[in-house]
Amino acid sequence: MTYITKPRLHHPNLPTNALGFTRRDYEGAVSTLCAGCGHDSISASVIQACYELELPPHRIAKLSGIGCSSKTPDYFLGNSHGFNTVHGRMPSVLTGANLANKDLIYLGVSGDGDSASIGLGQFAHCIRRGVNMVYIVENNGVYGLTKGQFSATSDYGSKSKRGVVNHDAAVDLVSLALQLGASFVARSFSGDKRQLTPLIKAALTHNGAAFIDCISPCVQFNNHVGSTKSFDYVREHNEAVNRLDIIPPRTPIEIDHAPGTLEMVTQHDGSVLALRKLDAHYDPSDRAAALAFLQERQALGEVVTGLLFVDPTPKDLHDHLDTVATPLNALTDAELTPGSAALAELNASLR
Amino acid sequence: MSPIARVNDFVVKFANVNGSGSASANGLFAKSILRMGVPVAARNIFPSNIQGLPTWFEVRISESGHLGRRGGVDLMVAMNPQTWDKDVAEIEPGGYLFYDSTKPLPQGKFRDDVNVVGVPLTAMCNAAYTDPRQRQLFKNIIYVGALSALLDIDMAVIEQLVGEQFKGKDRLIAPNMDALHMGRDYVTQNLKPIGLRVKKADAVGDKIFVEGNAAAALGALYGGATVCAWYPITPSTSLAEAFTGYCEQFRTDPDGKARYAIIQAEDEIASIGIVVGASWNGARAFTCTSGPGVSLMTEFVGLSYFAEVPAVIFDVQRGGPSTGMPTRTQQADILAAAYAGHGDTKHPLLLPADPGECFEMGALAFDLADRLQTTVFVMLDLDIGMNEWLTNPFEWDDNRRIDRGKVMSHDDLEAGKDFGRYLDVDGDGIPYRTYPGVHPSRGGYFTRGTSRNPYARYSEEGAVYVDNMERLLRKFETAKTLVPAPVRRDAKRSTKSGVIYFGSTTPALHEALEMLEAQGRHLNAMRLRGFPFADAVADFIAEHEQVFVVEQNRDSQLRTLIMNEIGIDPGKLVPVTHYDGTPITARFVAGEIAAKLAARPIVEAAE
Repeated sequence: MTYITKPRLHHPNLPTNALGFTRRDYEGAVSTLCAGCGHDSISASVIQACYELELPPHRIAKLSGIGCSSKTPDYFLGNSHGFNTVHGRMPSVLTGANLANKDLIYLGVSGDGDSASIGLGQFAHCIRRGVNMVYIVENNGVYGLTKGQFSATSDYGSKSKRGVVNHDAAVDLVSLALQLGASFVARSFSGDKRQLTPLIKAALTHNGAAFIDCISPCVQFNNHVGSTKSFDYVREHNEAVNRLDIIPPRTPIEIDHAPGTLEMVTQHDGSVLALRKLDAHYDPSDRAAALAFLQERQALGEVVTGLLFVDPTPKDLHDHLDTVATPLNALTDAELTPGSAALAELNASLR
Repeated sequence: MSPIARVNDFVVKFANVNGSGSASANGLFAKSILRMGVPVAARNIFPSNIQGLPTWFEVRISESGHLGRRGGVDLMVAMNPQTWDKDVAEIEPGGYLFYDSTKPLPQGKFRDDVNVVGVPLTAMCNAAYTDPRQRQLFKNIIYVGALSALLDIDMAVIEQLVGEQFKGKDRLIAPNMDALHMGRDYVTQNLKPIGLRVKKADAVGDKIFVEGNAAAALGALYGGATVCAWYPITPSTSLAEAFTGYCEQFRTDPDGKARYAIIQAEDEIASIGIVVGASWNGARAFTCTSGPGVSLMTEFVGLSYFAEVPAVIFDVQRGGPSTGMPTRTQQADILAAAYAGHGDTKHPLLLPADPGECFEMGALAFDLADRLQTTVFVMLDLDIGMNEWLTNPFEWDDNRRIDRGKVMSHDDLEAGKDFGRYLDVDGDGIPYRTYPGVHPSRGGYFTRGTSRNPYARYSEEGAVYVDNMERLLRKFETAKTLVPAPVRRDAKRSTKSGVIYFGSTTPALHEALEMLEAQGRHLNAMRLRGFPFADAVADFIAEHEQVFVVEQNRDSQLRTLIMNEIGIDPGKLVPVTHYDGTPITARFVAGEIAAKLAARPIVEAAE
């Protein structure tokens, strides 16, 4: 956490987006994470994504749990309401917030300790309910704030900084999210901003449960030889299945790719996800095939990244509950309280 | 022993096997007496089981309106061989034993001082029905018919109730009527009426007969709750289910869309998490649970206290600790709720005494949670929550407006009002809050469970932390004036003895006070309705030499809370506790207090 607010001054010629905001307007307080931390790169991508999508910052609510990753919402979108909740329980708080006002954008930020250990249950249940949100796990495979214990996403056989070998199987949040019905599932790497920023943009425009597992090396405790979450290891084993460009609604689409190498997915809001295929056979609309592909490649030690699955017309929790268009927190007294006449009838039925 | 002879003042207890369909027959019996204008209290005493274990249904019939448990049984309807001996032993001398006389029982199974009423229920059923399930279900209706003749219950009233009960399933009406008459005719042809009688009266008035859980759910509806997140746990489940029913009825918009969101969460932790998230975002939200759920919610309750996020928890208390006695009643979560959380925390409690107050406090809890920006507990128990009580009709003032507390609006922020999320502007310890998304450039803040300054910026400075904790204490002082005030009931003579009580103990305690008064023992009484305690509580205790604190738990938790919060000499507060899982009785309270008064003689003040 920090108490250092950034100065608001910026270069007068800094470009603004259609709302008149500069990129700086999407920043937050000064990060207190370690120099070189992958999480700061993810924060930078969030800032870039929101700036480019021209989202009004105050219409985004950021929620997190506890841990290094969960500190980061303080470091972006400084004008947005944020909620640093309790360990592993961000998903339920985000679910409640979303129920109260369906009109805001919900960005949940968590880590592998927060979501794969203590919070695995809440992670699973908010995904299976289809809460309309972007859920980013900043995954470094290690407990940073408590100085270097294995987390539940540490790979079997990987080595801690102190040389201890991990004998537990890893929790793969991407596979879980796929099984549980997430309508947008991606994996990325904090060291690849060109891949990550469009994925965050696509997730922000997705109208359902969007999950991004972002491998984010811990420079202090998990960046050594023998770790499978180090910068070097991830760079060497990164197998991106596709490259994504997101084309806003009503923008002319120009295609300059060979036929069959580009897939266009039109989302609910009219935006188009332009997917440049890197693996010719990968189909991000096939959930079962995605799961099988992940299993195969993970067994080979590869880190599969990219947009792994997307359902462009998902249903969210409010669709399931069939709630009114007005946010529940904006209903009037008259809409909420049936009044004395209804009560008199009720009394009569109880005699 | 002469047979007990009483009109409109006796106790009937049904001993059944659960899952045998007895509940609806027993309910029919209780309601028929109510429809004759005679007040009734009906209590289920049931096992944590679906089928095959003993269950009891105790009906207090009291024209004078004593609707707590009295203690003792005047007529036992002994339908469960497993519990026969215990059930027979419970009958008052001169009382009545109603049983199925199909199979002869040895003389040793009866008591000389109890009057036996045998009806060959099984034989009658076997003769009339071939289907085993019908034999089982109609046996219950047959005994209701038999009892109607024995107790002189108006048959037309029962027939009307059967008609109402099976409305829409009309083909079931005739066979139920036949069974009723089968029982009634057997008694009129073979037996004589007994000394217990129901006589038409006009003592019910406009009162309603309803469960506390349903009443609390209705309170939540009227209080403007839009988000409910819950996890099934006895005895609170029917609260969430009732809320669901009321929402479908009253909160569906003309297009069929829901003005509410109800989530059956994966556990109690997620339930309270959803409530905290929704409340943070400006919706009124609640969960309902029991003791084990409160334990699980404790971390979030602490967050709600420190981050100052409203939440409402209905705690329908049951027998603890641990799984304890999940289907039995207790008031044993008082301390767990009042001090839920790690570090220094305390939370307002509302203490309803009947379903009428469950409704009132159910609605009020949401105003208080918003006003105080903290968790408010509404403390029901199984006795109030799951039993139908005769209670005053629900009332609502159509001019009443939802109190959202101190919320800074877009216009306030636009006008340049200074917004410090944890700034005590008004001196009452309550800061202003904003809802997420309210203004493009002002009013945003970061909510956290860690220490921060009045402008919500992270701070580990000791002085900043202490200032904030002191402000939270000021806020709790403000809460004293907002929770429902205690109610005094003074003795007819001046006395130096007092008694403090709350919740479901109330009707039994009021009857006990009359019993004690008849013995020449006078006590002033104070019913607590909320925590933090109003100053009147300390004043009441100061007026008396000894004050009994009557509650349904082992460790006198309310007494501990009073000692701790008001700083009372423990010797002055005399515990009276009842915690076997059955609702407290008037005889128990009167007996305990009489014994303790006798053991500690006090000088009666001169008149």
